[in-house]
Amino acid sequence: MKNTPLTQIHLDLGAKMAEFAGYNMPISYVGIKKEHQAVRESVGVFDVSHMGEFIVKGKEAADLIQLVTSNNVKKLEIGDAQYSCLPNHKGGIVDDLLVYRLPEDRCSEGEQAFMLVVNASNIQKDWDWISQHNTFDTQLMNISDQTALLAVQGPKAAEAMQSLTDIDLVGMKYYTFAKGTFAGINNVLVSATGYTGSGGFELYVDANEAPKIWKAVFEAGAAYNVQPIGLGARDTLRLEMGFCLYGNDIDDSTSPIEAGLGWITKTKKGKFNSVEIFKQQRTEGVSRKLAAFEMLERGIPRHHYEITDADGNTIGQVTSGTQAPSLNKAIGLGYVKTEFAKPDTEIFIKIRDKQIKAQVVKLPFYKVS
Amino acid sequence: MKVPEGLKYTKEHEWVKIDGDHAYVGITDFAQGELGDIVYVEIETEGQTIAKDEIFGTVEAVKTVSDLYMPLSGAIAEVNAALQDNPELVNSDPFGEGWMIKIKMDDTSEVEDLMDAKSYAEATTS
Repeated sequence: MKNTPLTQIHLDLGAKMAEFAGYNMPISYVGIKKEHQAVRESVGVFDVSHMGEFIVKGKEAADLIQLVTSNNVKKLEIGDAQYSCLPNHKGGIVDDLLVYRLPEDRCSEGEQAFMLVVNASNIQKDWDWISQHNTFDTQLMNISDQTALLAVQGPKAAEAMQSLTDIDLVGMKYYTFAKGTFAGINNVLVSATGYTGSGGFELYVDANEAPKIWKAVFEAGAAYNVQPIGLGARDTLRLEMGFCLYGNDIDDSTSPIEAGLGWITKTKKGKFNSVEIFKQQRTEGVSRKLAAFEMLERGIPRHHYEITDADGNTIGQVTSGTQAPSLNKAIGLGYVKTEFAKPDTEIFIKIRDKQIKAQVVKLPFYKVS
Repeated sequence: MKVPEGLKYTKEHEWVKIDGDHAYVGITDFAQGELGDIVYVEIETEGQTIAKDEIFGTVEAVKTVSDLYMPLSGAIAEVNAALQDNPELVNSDPFGEGWMIKIKMDDTSEVEDLMDAKSYAEATTS
């Protein structure tokens, strides 16, 4: 099991630890509900250094990314970030990822540079997949082990962190980023992105500087009662927004069209992996769709639970489910036959051999007030 | 981790408080800590007679679900109604207000198979 540069700090804080994607990660510090609430109301900090980072640099860097990802990388200006996925050749998803178009200060004439941020569990798979498609004048570098990542999330994140940097955090637009000095550390990439729906930043920093930046973030945020947040609350926060989790809601066998990721599947951008399959799914429709639902009767949906119609016929399966701390109700995502995916449709979740009533709803579950 | 003296314990991390031929049952401090925030305690077996080691209910935490096992054979004489609306009592007071069921024991000699506080503490920390 690997450690992040901050594992010792989590242990010192008394975090409940568990293995996740091969890393020894904090699951919770004081309890999922309290941590969840801290992010929704003020600011919380996640160590997500297990995530993978690749640099793609070269004259044809954008061409390689355009071929392997579903979104249109050619829309990105320097300083933009984009949510995307890596389709396989069968219309499934190798991984979902963020694509950053980096400044070109380290590029030679005519070169472009990008950073791809991928799921920890898929680092090797993604690396092999992208490398195998790299017939371009482009270099790939895996900087995952040298890179730490902190997510500072919550409505007070910008205000709480502003004293640490000259970068305008309050004015930074969603899905843009800047590189600069943060907490006296040079070359920090500060990105207005996250996986919580409550706003905030992600800080990419040299792994050696991780303890220093963690300490500075907690000192600066003390007046805002900044809290460390584990992966447990990361999951409840993302699920309240309906953000997909790779391995649960999307995987090698699910299409982005089925998963509600049509908005990152730009079938008109030109050739990319599985584009013909996605075009066909767009015109002919898909037989199943990822539906968001909330429980109308008492019970909590969990991954792999069966979804049925009123007569008990199986119509799908739950991919994620939880009690939602901000909503005080149980929610879930799951693939259902397309005719059951419309909002307000009554469906049933099979929990311990009972059919518990639920209703399909629109995302997000949690609406920012 | 609290392990009060005077109670009996199971390897499933349940505690048992003997009161004549009745027994109160809940989950231990260790168990509630492992589960995390408890959001639902489902016990629909009131009035039923259930054998030792069989499931009498389920406890749902935010992230996990765990079955509850009968520490002793008997009839479920009472279910703690307070848990219906306040399942978090299991976190805040696992040995008190967070109790789950009261069993009318079939065979009081089964109590001898349960662990005392010292053995449970040793079994849990090792």
